This record gives sequence, structure tokens and C-alpha cells, in this order.
Amino acid sequence: MSAQDHGTHDEVVAAGEPWIGTVAAGQTLRIVDLEGNQAVDTLFYNAHDTAERYSAVDTIRAQGNLYLGAGSELRSNLGATMLTIVEDTCGRHDTLGGACSAESNTVRYALDKRYMHSCRDNFLLALARHDRGLGKRDLPSNINFFMNVPVTPEGGLTFADGISAAGRYVQLRAHMDVLVLISNCPQLNNPCNAYNPTPIRIQIRSAG
Amino acid sequence: MNSSTSLSQPGAHPEALPPVDELWSEQLHAGEHWSGILRRGTSLRLTALEPRANVAALMYNYESLSERYNMADTLKAQHTAYLTAGCVCYSDMGRVLCSITADSCGWHDTVCGLSDAALVQEKFGAGSFQQRRNEFYRNGRDSMLNELGKYGLGKRDLVANINFFSRVTADDAGTLHFDEQHCDSGDYVELRFEMHTLLLLATCPHPLDPDTHYRPRPVMLRARVTGPAPRQDACRLRCEENARGFRNTEMIFPA
Repeated sequence: MSAQDHGTHDEVVAAGEPWIGTVAAGQTLRIVDLEGNQAVDTLFYNAHDTAERYSAVDTIRAQGNLYLGAGSELRSNLGATMLTIVEDTCGRHDTLGGACSAESNTVRYALDKRYMHSCRDNFLLALARHDRGLGKRDLPSNINFFMNVPVTPEGGLTFADGISAAGRYVQLRAHMDVLVLISNCPQLNNPCNAYNPTPIRIQIRSAG
Repeated sequence: MNSSTSLSQPGAHPEALPPVDELWSEQLHAGEHWSGILRRGTSLRLTALEPRANVAALMYNYESLSERYNMADTLKAQHTAYLTAGCVCYSDMGRVLCSITADSCGWHDTVCGLSDAALVQEKFGAGSFQQRRNEFYRNGRDSMLNELGKYGLGKRDLVANINFFSRVTADDAGTLHFDEQHCDSGDYVELRFEMHTLLLLATCPHPLDPDTHYRPRPVMLRARVTGPAPRQDACRLRCEENARGFRNTEMIFPA
């Protein structure tokens, strides 16, 4: 974390791995889809009061739109703007699809998929290692950067092929000090990672 | 759980139910928040007593409160963005909290969340208890926090909720449109509980309802014993995903 203390951080997160870190108010967080079509499951918490956290429905309600992109203000469960998406070379990000888990894999695919690695296992392990009392109660609906989950006017919902590509990125500016929890999604059962999980790059920079 | 408590007005609910198996009924006042325990095998019918009702709902496994309704798991297992008869509500542990066994309005919103104090103030102006006594302007988030607190829960447990009786569609760009004509007086939805469930309800207006006057609507609750999902059941048979969800649920409720 020493690099973060000096206002910059640059790290590659390997395929299927979790990442946890802090971004200070005013800093930017850039997530780069290094090889393309990689879902990045992400949650944000107020670093000083983690009971305040990203809320998909408050974000959707406030912007009157289902999808995230440049200009989207990410709202907390208490209505505050936590971060704003200031740059986006992908075009659309999902916040309805949630995170995969051993249990939901048994429902969605087959009972014998329980053993497969999942985002909620990543989240839970990262929170356990973080050791600040956070756990499953702290896993609300997340953001899936670079993932494409279109909803039709008739209300159909599917996981579609990604619209991201190698090198595309999303950049957010923090309005408060935030704890960032990421699972670089290991899912192999649907096209969210083009059936091939790949690394991402995380860059934190101070303003100016 | 009270048995055969009835706060209803005679004739206020147009649909007929066999009274013999009724556990209890209660009328939710317009704007009221409520919570209760619905045991496995209990069905709860919610009936809109006026047009344009909205009932926000959250659900938790009463035996393990960290297990709760999960919007994303519910939607992706059933390839839908809304709920109607035949759908089930999944917990975050791959189990079925409840099934939707009857529905007269065809669409219940899952993605728009709750109103909050700032939104209510902005849309409706001041409506304090000092001015309006028990007709004061309530909001969805504070209503849920009130009920969550009764079970040792709080802000950490505010997850994405259901808005029964409300229909909000998205166009191809994702822009949301609230359907002002969706819910009529007498519309109903019935939930059959497949697990012992803590249910939280709030009758505040839907956060995207464009009405500029604060007009929450009353809703009737009627609970009866129906038993859990039988073998041949429309919700169980809706898709292979639901068959596995019921299998996961019945692992902890052997016959």
C-alpha cells in the first residue's frame, strides 16, 4: 500500500483473483481490460463507514437508466455519490448481473458446478483477509465492469457477448475515501469472460 | 404470529378466498411499513386497495438472517428483469425464499430501489410529523431501516428490493419508463413461502412514480396455509434452474 500512500498505484491482477484497496477522495481509479471481454466484479464502501456502500438500485433510480457509462454517478445505499465514471472507452457496464457464486452456479448450470471458483468466494476471502469485520452481509449487488447484460423492452435479460476489447478501460473519480473490492471474474460457464478469464490492470492516481 | 386477526373493512377486497384456511389478514395503511415471519408452507396474498399501489419488499431467511433475497440471482436464473406468476425469489444461497403463485398485473419491478428522504422532499415538499401527524411523508429507505432494526439488522442489510405492483420498462438505451396505468384497484399477487422468511414491506410510492403529490395506497394482506410447492408446480417446472433451486431448498426441509 506504500505506493498508494504516495498517490499512485499500478498493479496487474491475474485472472480469477481478488483485489482490495483504497482510493482517496479526489483520486482516480482506472481499470483496464488488458486482453478484452473480462468481467470485473466490483464493490465500493465508504472507507470510514463501511455500512455505507455502493447500491445498484440507488444508482439506477438516480440516473433513470439501467446501464453504467461515462457520466454515471455511483450512489451509495444512503444516496451519496461515491464515485463518478469520468472516462469510458467500453461504452456500457452492467450492474444487474451480480456476482457468480458456488450456490448460484448450482442453480444456473448444474449441481456439479459447485466446486468451481467464483466471484463471491473471491469477495469473501478478500474480506476475511482484510479482517475488518466485513462478510457476506456486505455483498450487495455489485458492478460488472466490461460486462454486457442487455434488458429488452419486454423485460428479458441475458448475459450477452461482451462489447469490450483489449486495452479498453474505465476511469472513476472518487468523491469520498472508498474501499474497493474487486473479483477479476473466474466464471467459465457463460460468455461474460469469453470463456477465458484474463488479467486486468488497476491504476490509482492523484488528481492533477 | 396472531391468528385470525382482521383489520380489514368488509367488502374492501374484491377477490374471494376460502376463509377456512386463512391464518390472518391485515390492512396496510397507505404509507405504512410492516414486517412479519412467513413460515414455509404459508401463502400471502397482497391486494392493492386503490390504483397505483406500490409495495417495496425485502426478504431474509428467518433462521439465518445473513441469507437474503438476491436480485441478481433471481433475475439471471430466470432470464427476466421483472417478476410475475411462475417466478421464484432466490436467496443468495441458491435457495427459493418464495414462489409467485398468482398475479393479476403481470409485472413487478426489481431494479428501481426505494425512495429516500431527499427524493420525497424534492418531489412532494415538506410533510413532517409536526404538520401531518400520522399522515406524514414517509420514504422507502427509512421505512426499511425502521423494520430492519427490529431484528438487529440495519444499513448493511439494505439490498436491492422488489417493488410489487409497479412496472418500469427500459428502452434499448436502458432509459427507464414508469407505467402509470399498470396497477388497478383489486390487483393482487400471491407469494408462497418455501422457507421460513422474514418479510419487510413498505407502501411508499414507487421512487420513479412521477406523481407530484404524496399519495401512497393501502394494501390488504391475507395469509393462509397452502403447503410448500408440490411436485407438479408451475414455479418448479418453469425452468431447469428453478428445479435445482427447489432441490437446494428442500435439502434443508426434508419432507
